[in-house]
Amino acid sequence: MLNTVIEGVIAFMLVAGGAFAFIGSLGLTHLKDFYMRLHGPSKTTTLGVGCTLIGSLIYFSQEDGPIVQELLITIFAFITAPVSAHMLAKSALHHKLKPDPRTRGNPVELESEKPKHTIEEAPQGDSPLP
Amino acid sequence: MIDMALWIALALFCAAVVLNFYRAVVGPSLPDRILAVDTMYMNSIALIVLFGIWVDNKDYFEAALLIAMLGFVSTIAVCKYLLRGDIIE
Repeated sequence: MLNTVIEGVIAFMLVAGGAFAFIGSLGLTHLKDFYMRLHGPSKTTTLGVGCTLIGSLIYFSQEDGPIVQELLITIFAFITAPVSAHMLAKSALHHKLKPDPRTRGNPVELESEKPKHTIEEAPQGDSPLP
Repeated sequence: MIDMALWIALALFCAAVVLNFYRAVVGPSLPDRILAVDTMYMNSIALIVLFGIWVDNKDYFEAALLIAMLGFVSTIAVCKYLLRGDIIE
């Protein structure tokens, strides 16, 4: 009885992980611009891989006691996914990739670099820029 | 029951890798390609773990751990190169 329940939990974890990873990659393929595409892999794929690893952990813990090594990869993935997503977003802003018109938000980095004041009405002060 | 779930999960992860490969080839900009390769190594970790369940051998997790660490470091290195034109300043 207990074995059946544990097998069901493992099977559910594996299928859920596969479904999450597939949905994340579908988002990576389908969405319109880079800032939307960043969402799918950085959140969903991490969750999918985490689910698969927890299923594997339960599977290998059945025979000889609990093992926790596989939890290392899960924790590592959950720590590093936001960091790499942050670096990717920074490099996309640095390259000034064009957002889709439906993407909300207007970051300063993407505004075109027109000078805010003409030379006649430049603010008086110690600013070196006109 | 586990066999059936294993096959379904393997099929889904392989489809995910194919979609990532499409984005890595087509992707219009450089960050898109980096993101696609980043997602591809995450999916390959899961594929290796599923293969370990399939052959009932838990030593494969060390390969998965290696891929996770090296993939993260390489993603950060390429992003740093795009941002600064240099990796270690």
